[in-house]
Amino acid sequence: MRPRGQPYDTEYVTGFGCALSVRHALLALLSEGPKYGLQLRQEFEARTGEVWPLNVGQVYTTLQRLERDRMVESDDAGDGPQKGFRITRDGEAELAAWLRTPPDLSSPPRDELVIKILIAVQVPDVDVHEVIQAHRRYLVQLMQEWTRLKDYTADRDLGFGLAVDAELFRLDAVVRWLDAADGRIKRASLERLDTERLPLPKVARKAVVRP
Amino acid sequence: MTVLELVAVSKVYGEGPAQVRALQDISLTVDEGELVAVMGPSGSGKSTLLTIAGTLEEPTTGDVLVAGVSVVGMSRNDRARLRRRSIGYVFQDFNLLAGLTAAENVSLPLELDGVPAKSARAAGLHALEALGLRDRAASFPDELSGGERQRVAIARAVVGDRGLLLADEPSGALDSVNGEAVMRLIRAACQRGVAGVVVTHDAQLASWADRVVFLRDGRVVDQTAPAAGPESLLSPNP
Repeated sequence: MRPRGQPYDTEYVTGFGCALSVRHALLALLSEGPKYGLQLRQEFEARTGEVWPLNVGQVYTTLQRLERDRMVESDDAGDGPQKGFRITRDGEAELAAWLRTPPDLSSPPRDELVIKILIAVQVPDVDVHEVIQAHRRYLVQLMQEWTRLKDYTADRDLGFGLAVDAELFRLDAVVRWLDAADGRIKRASLERLDTERLPLPKVARKAVVRP
Repeated sequence: MTVLELVAVSKVYGEGPAQVRALQDISLTVDEGELVAVMGPSGSGKSTLLTIAGTLEEPTTGDVLVAGVSVVGMSRNDRARLRRRSIGYVFQDFNLLAGLTAAENVSLPLELDGVPAKSARAAGLHALEALGLRDRAASFPDELSGGERQRVAIARAVVGDRGLLLADEPSGALDSVNGEAVMRLIRAACQRGVAGVVVTHDAQLASWADRVVFLRDGRVVDQTAPAAGPESLLSPNP
């Protein structure tokens, strides 16, 4: 979350290591039809609450901003939870554009685990395979917990199942990278051993013996 | 109750300089109702571990106990009977017999064991029904989808109340949704009391297990801690 006082500090909540746009989530709820403020708050919580905990105040402030930006219209029936909202053409266009705009994945994230393994390779007397295994065990344990959660709940909640799948695939990719690193480091060390044990190439020795 | 126990199992192939130590001093127990995944890269000894656990091969040293009975030193016939009655296998490529229907494939192990055809067929249909395949019982393997074929293979592995289920990369070439379905079925079999061992290099499959054992160069190098409750991931500030 951004620090308080910054513009749009209430527009995003974090979860799963990424930001969810409260603004677009509300537009999506209103795209189903007009809704009351209280109803929006309840539906927002019901659909995302377990995964993305949210301060309920954020729903109302964001609705006010959406109205200011002409993305939603209200029925002017006071400011209470019974105030009705509906999405405008602008709001629908904004939602459609947002859904189709790919997030920026072009630059690789700074990955602490990658850095740790790269350093472990350099440090003398560190068993890199043991370091890799410690991380692999942690990740697989985490995956076991997510899988158990999916087993308990995901059948009843498609959105939640999709979110858990995303996390499982992300962790799985890290485990696969560790597996690949493990194999690559092992092969590199075997090749180094072979080079050290190899006698001098025959041609070179002949060249030395010849007068 | 412990269904499978490997005690200091080692397996050596070949002699002299060509000697390969496929497994070294492996000890592993799998209890009734427990699903254990064995994870490791190619060549780590996963498949050898499974063939020894399934009594298809003997260890060079060490012992294998199935339901408390030592398998080492058993006659070939006794081992074959133990396999037919107590152990079910699920292979990567399903290994269904093309000329038999789904129901015949499933009831075959029971018939081979001398169970009368009628009872074997009833047990086979029951196993298919449990996996949602009752209406595909008369279909031949080439009339089934990949996911259905694998479900038939799982039905065949658990038919007749066999207590030990061994699976080698059981999701094979299936996509992730069907692969997950396979693991759900194996887990469901374990929840009914079967002891299961799945060997795989796939962390997503392994994460369905109660315990994951890591194999490297023929040795058990690590295993996951006992499962934490799912609620641990749902704290307000993960």
